[in-house]
Amino acid sequence: MSVGAGARGELTRHDPRRPSDIRVDLRLIADMIQPESRVLDIGCGDGQLLRYLVQTRNVVGRGIELSQAGVNASVAQGLSVVQGDADSDLSDYPTQAFDYVVLSQTLQATRNPRRVVSELVRIGRKAIISFPNFGYWRVRWRLLTAGRMPRTGALDYEWHETPNIHLCTILDFVDLCDRLGARVERRISLTSGGRNSLVQRSLHVANLFGEQAVFLVSRPLPQPVP
Amino acid sequence: MPSQGHTVELGSDVPLKLDCGVKLGPFTVAYQTYGRLNEQKSNAVLVCHALSGDQYVASTHPLTGKPGWWHILVGPGRPLDPDRFFIICANVLGGCMGTTGPASVNPETGKPYGLTFPVITIADMVRAQAMLLDHLGIPDLFCVIGGSMGGMQALQWAAMYPERVYTAIPIACAARHSAQNIAFHEVGRQAIMADPEWRAGEYSLHSTTPRAGLAVARMAAHITYLSEAALRRKFGRKLQNRSAFTYGFDADFEVESYLRHQGITFVERFDANSYLYITRAMDYFDMSADHGALANVFANTKVRFCLVSFTSDWLFTTWEMREIVHALNAVAADVSFVEIETDKGHDAFLLDEPELHATLSGFVNAAADRRGVAPAPREASV
Repeated sequence: MSVGAGARGELTRHDPRRPSDIRVDLRLIADMIQPESRVLDIGCGDGQLLRYLVQTRNVVGRGIELSQAGVNASVAQGLSVVQGDADSDLSDYPTQAFDYVVLSQTLQATRNPRRVVSELVRIGRKAIISFPNFGYWRVRWRLLTAGRMPRTGALDYEWHETPNIHLCTILDFVDLCDRLGARVERRISLTSGGRNSLVQRSLHVANLFGEQAVFLVSRPLPQPVP
Repeated sequence: MPSQGHTVELGSDVPLKLDCGVKLGPFTVAYQTYGRLNEQKSNAVLVCHALSGDQYVASTHPLTGKPGWWHILVGPGRPLDPDRFFIICANVLGGCMGTTGPASVNPETGKPYGLTFPVITIADMVRAQAMLLDHLGIPDLFCVIGGSMGGMQALQWAAMYPERVYTAIPIACAARHSAQNIAFHEVGRQAIMADPEWRAGEYSLHSTTPRAGLAVARMAAHITYLSEAALRRKFGRKLQNRSAFTYGFDADFEVESYLRHQGITFVERFDANSYLYITRAMDYFDMSADHGALANVFANTKVRFCLVSFTSDWLFTTWEMREIVHALNAVAADVSFVEIETDKGHDAFLLDEPELHATLSGFVNAAADRRGVAPAPREASV
């Protein structure tokens, strides 16, 4: 999605010509992915993560991207990417078609995040979801002290022009996973300085100090018949 | 560009069984080739032409003297580079540039087929192409590519011979011909058949041809290849070599003059009965007809697809291309889809669209690398 692409470009500087030079949150996502697996990257932007995964993990990669420029750039590099929308196009895919489905910095811009997450864990054996954490202390502080909609590095928009229509906190996301019966296998919170091990310990600490979060979630296991 | 023109007689031992039930054979296929087949036979590319196209994809047309219809895409240093690929383009079955069609002589009667030529389908065209590949000793295609009716053939190839197709690139087409498109084709056919010179399809026996009817058919069709925006940009309401209306029915407007020119030049190179048969083949095209859902056509396909549509194309819309993408996603096929922003309408696939070139170069070369097709020698592509 263009939103994801835009957010991805703004977070840290990177040189797209060097596959090893990849943004820190994308590197975290890549590290969760087993080599040779099948990966669907939703909102793949200009294909930075997909290209990295194909080159370094030898994955079978597919992408969905909303912006025409992103799709064209990806396909021109030989990546398999279709123009599409996380809200409307995921229902086409068969169940468990991929080992991993990645949704990076895009969930907050979807119209129906609950349906999107449930589709992610249906299509993929595992879903990797990253998003900006609205529980981050700077966000809380700005709203509390200035009484204005917060603007931070990860959320750098005026309220009236933001594409981010469904912001959530880390706690909110964990709650959504519970409601969907999805299992959180891993959770990594990123501070503005990158990964900080202290922040990972407690959910409430992570929710306060994490500027972004990366979750590895799997589909609900079939319930045993009582 | 160096190319070779060939004709071959096929179907003399085993005739081609057409969808309409008729067995056709022997029949002739006329084709051009560019480049050389490599030792592994892994670099063959089949270019499928559109309704009014022919095999002269990248060589000067023998009748019009114009450059090949896709010379922008096919040539040294271009996305389809004969220094890397062995490129084949054959005149379709039912055509009029050397392949057997209604203007050909029926060996059984010694007279042109005319309307006794069996009605053909897109699948029949593809079957004839497969027989050509058999004749050339080419087991499978690295790529089958085409726009419009050529895109239909590319889809049909992937559906009918998935084991013989490594990549398929259908451009500006659809999995079924729409009611609107059938309607436009019917207008064209009625224009031809309303021309008294058509003589129930036997015009060649009377040494005449339905020029006016075919020209009108072409004029009507040509409008559908453009867009309102492109017409406005190119012509607007500009007058043709005059400063005021003539208050008559001469071509006062530039757009009228342009269309008349399109009609007149088309008649010089195209057979009216071929136009009837080929438009009919497109009308009959509906990939899901025998399969229930389109996705079933492509179940378990290993073919790598790259689909391209154009924003202002109202003949084969992005929506129709997206339907194919949805079907391919439903079977988790390897698919890329690019919509290109342009105001040039359906014709954009034939024009110099940099985004189209970048897309095709990227997709084709990445796939060729994966297949181990040797890249073009550098000095050759200067």
